[in-house]
Amino acid sequence: MHDASMKVKQKQPRRYVISQKLDAFFIDMYSLGQFMGRFFRAVFLPPYEFKEIIKQSYAVGVKSLPLITLTGFITGIVFTKQSRPSLSEFGATSWLPSLVAIAIIRALAPLVTGLITAGKVGSNIGAELGSMKVTEQIDAMEVSATNPFKFLVVTRVLATTFMVPLLMLYMALLALAGAFVNVHANEQTSFVSFIENGFHSINFIDIFSSVLKSIVFGFTIGIISCYQGYNTTQGTQGVGRAANTSVVMAMFLIFIEEIVIVQITNWFRP
Amino acid sequence: MIKEGLHIDRTKCVICIRDLHKSFGPNHVLRGIDLDVYQGENVVVLGRSGTGKSVLIKIIAGLLKPDKGTVNVLGNDVTAISYRELEQLRLRIGFSFQNSALYDSMTVRENLEFPLLRNSKHLSRGQVTEAVEKALDAVGLSQTINQWPAELSGGQRKRIGIARTLIMQPAIMLYDEPTAGLDPITSMEINELIKEVQLKFNTSSIIITHDLTCAKITGDRLAVLLDGRFVQEGSFEQVFSSGDERLKSFYDYNFIT
Repeated sequence: MHDASMKVKQKQPRRYVISQKLDAFFIDMYSLGQFMGRFFRAVFLPPYEFKEIIKQSYAVGVKSLPLITLTGFITGIVFTKQSRPSLSEFGATSWLPSLVAIAIIRALAPLVTGLITAGKVGSNIGAELGSMKVTEQIDAMEVSATNPFKFLVVTRVLATTFMVPLLMLYMALLALAGAFVNVHANEQTSFVSFIENGFHSINFIDIFSSVLKSIVFGFTIGIISCYQGYNTTQGTQGVGRAANTSVVMAMFLIFIEEIVIVQITNWFRP
Repeated sequence: MIKEGLHIDRTKCVICIRDLHKSFGPNHVLRGIDLDVYQGENVVVLGRSGTGKSVLIKIIAGLLKPDKGTVNVLGNDVTAISYRELEQLRLRIGFSFQNSALYDSMTVRENLEFPLLRNSKHLSRGQVTEAVEKALDAVGLSQTINQWPAELSGGQRKRIGIARTLIMQPAIMLYDEPTAGLDPITSMEINELIKEVQLKFNTSSIIITHDLTCAKITGDRLAVLLDGRFVQEGSFEQVFSSGDERLKSFYDYNFIT
């Protein structure tokens, strides 16, 4: 009897197409695609929740300012400090402003802003929506005839998409200010000369590609963290997992998007 | 106990459920439920944990979709209407959640204002404030108006949750475990409040519970859910004098016989 039941167990067909983890990954990607589709359908339909978009933009933008200010300024100082020895070996310290400006505007500002926002805002949205989900606050919103997807998800995704580019521009300015402080202290370069040298090598495509990257990063942070939070299961443990996965997944995608956008914009460079 | 003013209209079925089925994977939770709730009537759904009581009221509120069957609420089949129609219907349904589900990021005032500001845009600021104060007064918690949900006790949260649903003056109230996790005195206050809501606003209610005291006080009729089906229906006395062995342990545990 025991042997027979064992044989029946062994003959059971495989339950996974590839493997448990890969199947789960593809199913997750499919539902993320559906979630994005739902976002694009909802974003153009009324009600537009302008008040909530402003509130969320404040939470994403203004509340991230202290961290962005500190990180931007220090990044500028440190990058300039670390680059000087290499340039001075070739007697090319006069190139420092343009090297720093290119590095900050083309790469550092969008990437660092994206990563900081993913950590700070992504985890916040993931945890907030996750705890709302497990304590039935999202259901409560639904039964009070408010579309929670529009009120919670669409507003947050729009807020991150609008605010990350602004934060990126702010960070680039702060990083350039940090770089100027260091250059001025060492080479006694004037502010006008620093700006002239720095922006000599910057063109429209540099700024456009950084703004485009930041828009894409902001959208990614918003949609991933909302998706994770909105689909939280398994109580408080699930809330922690939603916050964590929001950050990890958003950061992972930010790096991939960085490579893709850099490749594409490089085709348009003269 | 409040009894005066009770008017049940047995000709007007506000919730009519027929052959309702719902499964979660291999777990067949509801296996062909039939239930009628009449105008002004409180129906208590009793049953063990995990028997699908909460699933039933979530289907009524359109939060879950059934696999089979019809759910007619105030003349609308919630399984067949559009999302916009469902939103309109939800304005007439109040849902009191087991854990109150107050919005943590809003004060008590903002929690109560939320459904009003979104769904009754014709009201002036003064009218909204007046409605909030009236709803808080109805549950006896006017002093909590500027507090945060985290500063309230379990019983207060429950009552604020009920006030938030009452503010829209619903025709139907759905209570999910209204006395779960509360001390006997607070439970009694909640029971009295449920009864008061029925009499004051002539609402029809479904009360999900496994607390027999709550069932006895608030229910005009009881329906006992076991293994996905209603096995007993009637008044408290009729249900517990039926001699059904499956209900004996329920009664013994609640009233320590």
